[in-house]
Amino acid sequence: MAGEEEIAGLPAEGEAAPERGWVAPAVAGELPGLGLAWTTVEAKSGRSPRQVKERLRELSNRFHGGHAIQMRQRPIPWAYRVFFRQIGLDPDRTRTPIEELALQRMKEGHFKSQSQLDDALTIGIVETGVALRAFDAERVEGRLGIRASAPGESLEGRPGELPSGTLVIADERRPLALLFGATAEGRGVHPRTGRIMLVAMQVKGVPDISVEEALWLANACLTI
Amino acid sequence: MPDLLEHHDVVDSGRLEALLHGDERPARVELRRQVARLELELGELFASAFPRGGIEYSVAPAGGPRMLGVGELEEVRDALAGRIADVRGILADRGYVEERNREFLERVIAEPEKYHWVRISNEDIGEPGCRHWHARPRLGLIGMLMGWWRIKLSSGCPLAQGRAASRTNSPQAFELQVAQAAQAPWLQAAPAAARRAVSGRGPQAR
Repeated sequence: MAGEEEIAGLPAEGEAAPERGWVAPAVAGELPGLGLAWTTVEAKSGRSPRQVKERLRELSNRFHGGHAIQMRQRPIPWAYRVFFRQIGLDPDRTRTPIEELALQRMKEGHFKSQSQLDDALTIGIVETGVALRAFDAERVEGRLGIRASAPGESLEGRPGELPSGTLVIADERRPLALLFGATAEGRGVHPRTGRIMLVAMQVKGVPDISVEEALWLANACLTI
Repeated sequence: MPDLLEHHDVVDSGRLEALLHGDERPARVELRRQVARLELELGELFASAFPRGGIEYSVAPAGGPRMLGVGELEEVRDALAGRIADVRGILADRGYVEERNREFLERVIAEPEKYHWVRISNEDIGEPGCRHWHARPRLGLIGMLMGWWRIKLSSGCPLAQGRAASRTNSPQAFELQVAQAAQAPWLQAAPAAARRAVSGRGPQAR
């Protein structure tokens, strides 16, 4: 019951409807169901407040080995594993966000509090299974979307060009990150970031309501 | 899950026409559906294999993230199918060895005096935990001379974090096993049961 009271007590700021990102027509035609949703939060990341740490502790107590073992058979984690296979990633090497967190939980015995942003993403991901990440909203130009990289494009701060056709999260000017991979230098959240863009990556089989819930949860944890 | 597994109309009705026009998209759609189904099968095997470790589940990546062509999707599908066949084979071998070990354990429990010093662990019979059965003489040397043999059941896993974590089958011990199973690709040492499956030997007196 204590957990339910805490959920009910989360602030209303987290209820802003997420915006939908674009997906390049060639990608959307080939990978139906792929999508991006985001919400922008006026917040800084720092040490987590007590309520978020308690929420993380409560989540650790609810998440056991059995969950980790059965995870691959649950619809949303499975949908991400399938998508990883379909875009040429091995989810046993490049782990899906939920599986990465599950493995950390099993190794360390709990979800370790790192920063308010990391904790907010952990809570959003573990509660819903939806893949989340964050960018510095001040460094994003225009709307976010998913597309294949063009010849000669590279990820800022990373050596070499991206292989043509690499799936990236991009704004209207440049790639910001690999889809389910590295972030371009300076585009992620840093201690001076004042506006955080929370981004959910949706794949086929992940319902809209889960995406919205994931963003809502992370947003709420950041605005406590 | 069904929407990832269902056949799309484009595959059923438009396949012939698309192929006639050299369009490979229906083939890619169908291959992605097959990959989804195989991934589900692999997930079921992963869950059913627990707590057995040392099983390789990974499949070579195809250099993503990017949109794969028909040939690459076929490679992913074939690699997944091959991996599933491998895992099934390993589980069948281990299942056979574990079944034989269980039968052997029943005989040892029934007549410990015939199986001096035999030790069988949970791992040998495919169960989680560190318990083992050991045929030992009662009262040491006297029992050996008099033929008083009995089965001694171990108290469980070694302490992981001092006496506070001493409960048998504690959540910590279980979760450690889960983490180890999840890291199966990196586990090098094959369990004793698997080694026996390869060598064809049953549990030995130790």
